Amino acid sequence: MITYAQSISQALDYKLKKDKNVILLGEDVCDPYGGAFKITKGLSTKYPDQVINTPMSEWALTGLAAGLAMRGIRPILEIMFGDFLTLCADQLINHATKFGWMYKGKVTVPMVIRTPMGGRRGYGPTHSQTLEKLFLGIPGLKIIAPSHFHDPGEQLIKAIEDNDPVLFIENKVLYTREIDELENGHIFDYSARKSKDEYETIILSNNDFKEHQVTVLTYGGMLPWVTVALNELLLEDEVTSEIIVPSYINKASMPEILESVEKTGRLVIVEEGTLFNGWGAEMAAQVINDGFELLESPVKRVAAKNVPIANTKILEDAVLPQVVDIKKAVEEVLK
Amino acid sequence: MRKKFFEQMLLIRLFEEKIEELFTQGILFGTTHACIGQEAVAVGITQAMNEGDIITSNHRGHGHFIASTDDVDGLMAELMGKATGICAGRSGSQHLCKGDFYANGITGGMTAVATGMALAEKLKKSERIVISFFGDGALGEGVLYESLNMASLWKLPIVYVLENNYYAMSTHISCGVAGSMIDRAKAFGIEAQELNTNDVEVIYSSFEKIADGVRKQSRPHFLVINTYRQCGHSKSDDCNYRTREEEIGWKDKDPLTILGARLDKDVKNSIREKCASRIESAVEKASKADFPKIDSIYEGLFQ
Ligand SMILES: Cc1ncc(C[n+]2csc(CCOP(=O)(O)OP(=O)(O)O)c2C)c(N)n1
Ligand SMILES: [Mg+2]
Repeated sequence: MITYAQSISQALDYKLKKDKNVILLGEDVCDPYGGAFKITKGLSTKYPDQVINTPMSEWALTGLAAGLAMRGIRPILEIMFGDFLTLCADQLINHATKFGWMYKGKVTVPMVIRTPMGGRRGYGPTHSQTLEKLFLGIPGLKIIAPSHFHDPGEQLIKAIEDNDPVLFIENKVLYTREIDELENGHIFDYSARKSKDEYETIILSNNDFKEHQVTVLTYGGMLPWVTVALNELLLEDEVTSEIIVPSYINKASMPEILESVEKTGRLVIVEEGTLFNGWGAEMAAQVINDGFELLESPVKRVAAKNVPIANTKILEDAVLPQVVDIKKAVEEVLK
Repeated sequence: MRKKFFEQMLLIRLFEEKIEELFTQGILFGTTHACIGQEAVAVGITQAMNEGDIITSNHRGHGHFIASTDDVDGLMAELMGKATGICAGRSGSQHLCKGDFYANGITGGMTAVATGMALAEKLKKSERIVISFFGDGALGEGVLYESLNMASLWKLPIVYVLENNYYAMSTHISCGVAGSMIDRAKAFGIEAQELNTNDVEVIYSSFEKIADGVRKQSRPHFLVINTYRQCGHSKSDDCNYRTREEEIGWKDKDPLTILGARLDKDVKNSIREKCASRIESAVEKASKADFPKIDSIYEGLFQ
C-alpha cells in the first residue's frame, strides 16, 4: 500500500524518467528540501536537468510554463499552496487557456499546475482554502482533483500527457492516506466501478449496486468524510447509498449522476469550498435542468460556511463541512 | 537593404492608414491600435533577426507582424473577421499568431510567456533567441520584473524590447514611470541599452550586435527605444492629453522621412505604388472571403 503523496511522487519520477521533455518547476522543489509537502523529494538529485528551483514568482511562472509548453516542453509547475492560484489567474485565464483556441490550433499548451489545496491542518485563512471553484468556468482548462480512491499518480500521468492545460488539485489531508484501488469490483468496503472516461469518475455502492436510498456526489478531500458519514448512517439507520466521485470536476456532463438519481430520487452534494457559487451549485443546476422530474426531494448541498477559515481548530472545524453536516443533509433529503 | 527597409515601413504605414479608413467606413468592427510613427522599431529589429527566432508582441503588433511575416493578406482578413484570416477571425488585431510570432492583449503578460519560450529554447539547446516587444505601460506590471529576474538568473536568450512612445493610453511616462527605465533592468544584472532614434538603419545595426551577443553568450538583454506614436492610442482617441506642438515636433522625426532622405524619389514612388497595390489587393481578397462558420466555435476545444 502506498500513500496519496507517494503515488504522486512516483508518477512524477516515472514521467521525468520516461520523457526528457518533461520538466518540473516550483519554489523549493529541489533537494534537500524537496518541496513544502516533500512531494518532489529526491527528484532533483535523480533528474538534475529537469527539476528547477524557482524564485517566488507565481504570476510569471504560470506564463513561463505556458511559454515552455508552446515550444515543445511539458512543464509541471508546483504552486506551494492552492491559495496562491490567485496570483496565477491572469496567466491561466488570459494566456495559457486562450492560446490554443484563439491562435486557431497553431499551438498546444500541455502544462500542468499541481497544487495542494484544502484545510483541516490549522494553517489559517490564507493557506487552507479550496479555491478551484474560481476556475470552474474557464473554457480550455481541465480541473483534475482525484480522491484517494482514484489512483492519483495515474491521474497525474494522464494530466502530464494531456495536450491542454490542466489544474491538478491535491487535497492536503489526502497526502498521508493510503490509496485504495479498484479490485474485483471493490474499493475498500464498497462495491465499485469506474466510468470509461479518460479521467475516471468512480461510483461506489454500500449495497452491492442493488437498491439505494440516496445519491451523494463529492470529490477530492471530502470523500473520507462522506464515507464515514454514510457508514454511520448505514449502521444506525440502514441507509443505503451510492457515491459518485469525479476526478475531472468541470467536465461538461457526467451522466453517472442522473443515472443514479433516476434510481434514488435524492441527491446530496458535498464539497469543501464555500457554498455560494460553488461546484455544488453548478452540479445541482445541471441535475435540476436535466432531471427535475427524477427528484423526490430538493437537492441538498454541504459546503464550507461563507466565512474565512480560522486558524484555531475549534473555529476551523466550525467553518468546514463535517460528518454531522453530511449526515444531517442525507437525513433531510430522506424525510 | 535600404530599399527593403523603406518598403516594409511604408507597407506598415499604408496598412495602418487603410485600417483607419476602413473603420471610418464601418467595414471594420471593434478596435485596433496602429503603430504609425513606430515603424522603424518593428522593421529594424525583425530584419536583424535570424530565421526561426521567436517574437512575442502586444496590442500594438501590426508592424511587428507585417515586418516579420510579410502576410498582409492574412492580417487584413483577420481584422475583417474572415475565415481566411491568420486565426480565422478568432484573434482579431490584438492576439496575432503565425509561425514563431505570438501576441496577446494583456499589457506586460507576454513577457512571462516569452521568458518561458527562451527557457524552452535553452533546454532544447537550439540557436533561437526570443524577442519580446512591449510598451512603457508594461513597466507598471509586476510580471515583467518577475520575468527579468528569472531571465537573468537562468541566463536566458531573450531580448526585451521596450518601445517607449512616452504614453500608455493617455498617461505620460512622467505620471506612470518612476526613476530610470534601463536602470530597472540593470538592477537585475541584465545588460541594457537605450536608443534615442527613429532611424531604422541605426536600430538595425544596433540590434544585429545585441542579437549576436544574446545568441552566442545565452543571456538576456534589455533594449529601450524612444519613439513616438503619431496616431491616437486606439481608433477612438482625440489625443487631448498631448499638445499639437509636441506632435509636430515628432513629425520631423518620422522614420519614413529619415530614411526617405537617403533614397531617390523615383525609387520611393515605385515602392509606394507596389505597397499600395498590395494593400488594395488584400482588402479586395478579404472582402470577398467568407466569415467563419458559426459551429466552428467549438473546434479545437474539449467540452
Ligand atoms: C493588464 C492590462 N491593463 C490595461 C489594459 C488596457 N490597455 C491597453 S493598451 C494600454 C496602454 C499600454 O501602453 P503601453 O504599454 O505604453 O503601449 P502603447 O499603447 O503605448 O503601445 C492599456 C492601459 C490592458 N490591455 N491590459
Ligand atoms: Mg506607450
